[in-house]
Amino acid sequence: MSIATPLPHDAAHLHVTGAARYVDDTPTPSGTLHLAFGLSTSASGRITALDLEAARSAPGVVDVVVADDLPFDNDVSPSAHDEPLLAKETVHYVGQPLFLVIATSHLAARFAARQAKVEIAESTPTFSIEDALAADARFEDGPRIYERGDAARALAQAENSLSGQFHIGGQEHFYLEGQAALALPGEDGDMHVISSTQHPTEIQHKVAEAIGKPMHAVRVETRRMGGGFGGKESQGNALAVACAVAALRTGKPCKMRYDRDDDMIVTGKRHDFRIDYDVGFDAKGRITALDVRHFTRCGWAMDLSLPVADRAMLHADNAYWLPDMRIESHRLRTNTQSATAFRGFGGPQGMLGMERIVDHIAAYLGLDPLLVRQRNFYTSGGGISGQKKAQTTPYGQVVDDFILDDLVEQLRASSDYDARRAAIAQWNAANPVLKKGIALSPVKFGISFTLTHLNQAGALVHVYADGSIHLNHGGTEMGQGLFQKVAQVAASRFGIDMAAIKITATDTAKVPNTSATAASSGSDLNGMAVKAACDTIRDRMATHLAQLHQCAPDTVRFTDGQVIAGEATYSFAEVAALTHQARISLSSTGFYKTPDIKWDRIKGHGRPFFYFAYGAAVTEVVIDTLTGENRILRADVLHDAGASLNPALDIGQVEGGYVQGAGWLTTEELVWDDAGRLCTHAPSTYKIPACGDRPDVFNVALWDGENRADTIYKSKAVGEPPLMLGISAFLALSDAASACGPHYPDLQAPATGEAVMHAIHKARGDV
Amino acid sequence: MRTRFHLNGTPVTADTSPTTTLLDWLREDRNLTGTKEGCNEGDCGACSVMVTDETGARALNACILFMPQIEGKAIRTVEGIAAPDGTLHPVQEAMIKHHGSQCGFCTPGFVTTMATAHLNGATDHDTQLAGNLCRCTGYAPIIRAAQEAEHAPVPDHMHDTPLLLTKNTAGEPQAGAEPPITPAALATWMDQTPQGTLIAGATDVGLWVNKGFRDLGPVAFLNRIPELAGVDVSDDTIRIGAATTLSDLQRAIAPHYPAFAELIRRYGSVQVRNAATIGGNVANGSPIGDGSPALIALDATLHLRSVNGTRTLPLEDFFVAYGKQDRADNEFIEAISIPRRTDHLRCYKLSKRFDQDISAVCGCFWIEVTEGIVTQARLAFGGMAGTPCRAGWAEAALNGNSWNEATIAAAMTALSQDFTPLSDMRASASYRMEAAQNMLLRAWLEDQGQTANVLEVTP
Repeated sequence: MSIATPLPHDAAHLHVTGAARYVDDTPTPSGTLHLAFGLSTSASGRITALDLEAARSAPGVVDVVVADDLPFDNDVSPSAHDEPLLAKETVHYVGQPLFLVIATSHLAARFAARQAKVEIAESTPTFSIEDALAADARFEDGPRIYERGDAARALAQAENSLSGQFHIGGQEHFYLEGQAALALPGEDGDMHVISSTQHPTEIQHKVAEAIGKPMHAVRVETRRMGGGFGGKESQGNALAVACAVAALRTGKPCKMRYDRDDDMIVTGKRHDFRIDYDVGFDAKGRITALDVRHFTRCGWAMDLSLPVADRAMLHADNAYWLPDMRIESHRLRTNTQSATAFRGFGGPQGMLGMERIVDHIAAYLGLDPLLVRQRNFYTSGGGISGQKKAQTTPYGQVVDDFILDDLVEQLRASSDYDARRAAIAQWNAANPVLKKGIALSPVKFGISFTLTHLNQAGALVHVYADGSIHLNHGGTEMGQGLFQKVAQVAASRFGIDMAAIKITATDTAKVPNTSATAASSGSDLNGMAVKAACDTIRDRMATHLAQLHQCAPDTVRFTDGQVIAGEATYSFAEVAALTHQARISLSSTGFYKTPDIKWDRIKGHGRPFFYFAYGAAVTEVVIDTLTGENRILRADVLHDAGASLNPALDIGQVEGGYVQGAGWLTTEELVWDDAGRLCTHAPSTYKIPACGDRPDVFNVALWDGENRADTIYKSKAVGEPPLMLGISAFLALSDAASACGPHYPDLQAPATGEAVMHAIHKARGDV
Repeated sequence: MRTRFHLNGTPVTADTSPTTTLLDWLREDRNLTGTKEGCNEGDCGACSVMVTDETGARALNACILFMPQIEGKAIRTVEGIAAPDGTLHPVQEAMIKHHGSQCGFCTPGFVTTMATAHLNGATDHDTQLAGNLCRCTGYAPIIRAAQEAEHAPVPDHMHDTPLLLTKNTAGEPQAGAEPPITPAALATWMDQTPQGTLIAGATDVGLWVNKGFRDLGPVAFLNRIPELAGVDVSDDTIRIGAATTLSDLQRAIAPHYPAFAELIRRYGSVQVRNAATIGGNVANGSPIGDGSPALIALDATLHLRSVNGTRTLPLEDFFVAYGKQDRADNEFIEAISIPRRTDHLRCYKLSKRFDQDISAVCGCFWIEVTEGIVTQARLAFGGMAGTPCRAGWAEAALNGNSWNEATIAAAMTALSQDFTPLSDMRASASYRMEAAQNMLLRAWLEDQGQTANVLEVTP
């Protein structure tokens, strides 16, 4: 049985030998041209002059393209048609592509792209959340509001209340492989695009529009990405479209990859948020009223900001029952990079906001924050053991699969939380300079695209007459191990060895109309679609053998590489040959759509999620009260992947997600200057976690359970949820700062050394 | 120009411009695409290669390694880590077994760095791999793999032989002047080539080219001049050749001034320290380089050389203003010397990330106390002004006074007279000042036996 086996990543042997090919490693025909964008150095204004003479005459330049040269659609937006490939008259952020250089080498293109003389009549830019509020610069007419009960009245009646304001910084994806695409022009205007993208169909769609062809003229292939994290859901559109347009113009293959600095300057990042709150609670810390305002900095174009902000609202409860609740979400337009999808897609910001509120309550009441968390958990209702009635989220979804009571208790015990908390208090009393902190935080993350129609997937499976199998589906591989997990499903359906299965590149010509590999949905959706395709072929084989051996088709067994029908035993390859000789098709598509979901995003009501994924982490940190420098000492994680399809790959997602989440909330700080220029545009200035930043002690385990929803082999999605385990690191830093004085430290994210130092002063009452 | 070397065991000759990087040559001329470009500035390690010369094997970043820098050496890329018959290297086996790759893009760099550390018997994995970024795994499985491979024997093919002895090897003539291979020849070259650029480790010059497209003009590669490298320790002086790499300096200085060695451990990464030279770090004049504050605190003397002879000056006097050093166009740094004395040095580096990060503030303090009185305080800072420089007011507050908390407090107050730091993406001005002041407090506290370093705390 291949399911639940901790097999390595399907390409691990290629990764370690350098043989795994990424876009820029693809052998290209001679004469391939290379592209680079010339970028705006102004954040806002009107282009008054674009002198490209020096760029055109630079060495190796073949052509320079501006907006007016584009033959068809000048747009790379995934949503509102508001994102020109090349700026037409106005510019909206520093880094916006203005023109496209086509040259004989990557270096020549990059060099020429810097040679233009651009004049821009600058207008007043909008950078901060406060700027945007003042200018009423926003997407949608006004704020989205979801509410239940009467938060204002409940607040007025609350036994205790607190208010606060909390800033959460954005995050650069820092996929190690930068954005890249290659377009190979075909006959009759066809275009074959190889792209590092999470969303080949979107690339196909945007390229088709840009070259004035139906989608059938464009084929997009993606074998793997060198990391995605949401940053390749829409941000690859510009490169693929640029390559296609240039290929159409020159008749030559065209390749484009961003230099790292360009990548960071041009592309969107995680949305930064300001969260304002008023919360009411009783003496035990139980929340009776909550009014939350989300201010989301979306950047210059809409991109995916609306569903991101929606998902933040949908996670503003995290794991807690909130009887009277109002949430208001402002989607603000600023002259900065257009913020985009990033692992968690708004969920982390919404969840962190809630965890910060719970933390504030615990500090106010002098209680262990874990106790306050547990007192506010949703009831474990609805299940076999659920005596209590299941509660509903503020948006009306019944939480009928809540497992955090048990999961948190198990983690509390396995991590020795109580004893360590006591030991830390003692340690802190004896250490005037260094202070330790500890925190346990839970994760409840909704699984499904909130745009309901995206919850579908297709697959294409061929069985060849020798018994080998060609596997294809709409999901893309960005390191998460999707291809291997889905191949394990296929091997399991046919009862064969993994070696019989060839995993192939995602290809819009094989499986059409796919959704992005996003929202953690990859294995849930594509696993089911592949299962359907395999089962169709298997049933045809079984039916044929049943006829041959006069047995019932459902008694034919596929196991251990053999097929047993009545008294006969065949190898799988023999059955493939037999079926083929009987003139029965050995190829099938498969299709899946998630059942039971229904969501009205305007009303904020329904069942947007098929189920929830859960997890919890305990993090212990130490801070230095002289400089705010800090370090994670230990992390213990218990995460719910349902009945895991592949525990090794799932644990990999959990470990990596934790560190990425902790990085977001500690060292990863995005800084823009007063002119709107991103100052942190390279790894020299933007600091993702390095090897030494992982917890010294890192205990990661999977929850022993299965999904109550009917998912592929009862597994659960695991891509995004673990990122939010990193919130415990932030809360532990706040806990450590709390040890420095009697006041609430009001730590802001990211908790750089400087932010921790500020929190220490707040705790002491210095500021 | 032509460069000769061994590539995965085979002798090759490359004909490139002097500023073609090894990475571009591997990927574009040789189709060896296993070595990746992640950042093109030496910060991510995806382009790591193993370079062997007569001093041994080192990991280096190929993206900021110009072809002439590898003249005569042996290069091993990820394609050459497995044995010629395809047998995987122990670190490759372990990486697969422990699920050390996810997206796989950083993996070739990790494998190469790990294999180099394995060859050298290095097991301080966090330090060895600080220059390799991974965004997927959270590093834990990679470290498990490195630990598992520790005890496996080194495969024979990993023992590379450099093509030539690189010392005093002129290599192929460059257009124009003969490449200098002695300090005297370099002095002549500089005198005749005022528009020339010296290239030592290229960890900064590489960025001028890769990111700034700067035309370097005529170039001289200092790796060809052995007299410029090496550390000589006499009874009273430690003389450090300008072209000594930070890695070599770290090893040489550790017995004498361990705080400086620990500061160097956090300077860049293994790959950067294997290339970067102390002379380059000083000559660059950056206000945020970490070498200069430590050397100034150690009362270093700078030795400049030109066709007119040699000239010495206290290192702190070399830094005139931001971007301006006391160096004539025809002068080069030949060496830096520091007194060899009983150690009183403490070094504190503040950065957003502990490893491979540029300092927001670097404070290096030499504080001698005799019978309870501060007899000599040399307080040098980076990141607090336009140059690395001493804190005269704070020193005055210490010198001649009792070594106690009140004196430290006075020095902390005085520091605000010494500096008016800037705000930038690394830190605000006020945080810089507070941290710098508290570094003085830390020096006092540590002297009193307090634990005040988060890196020393265990769970």
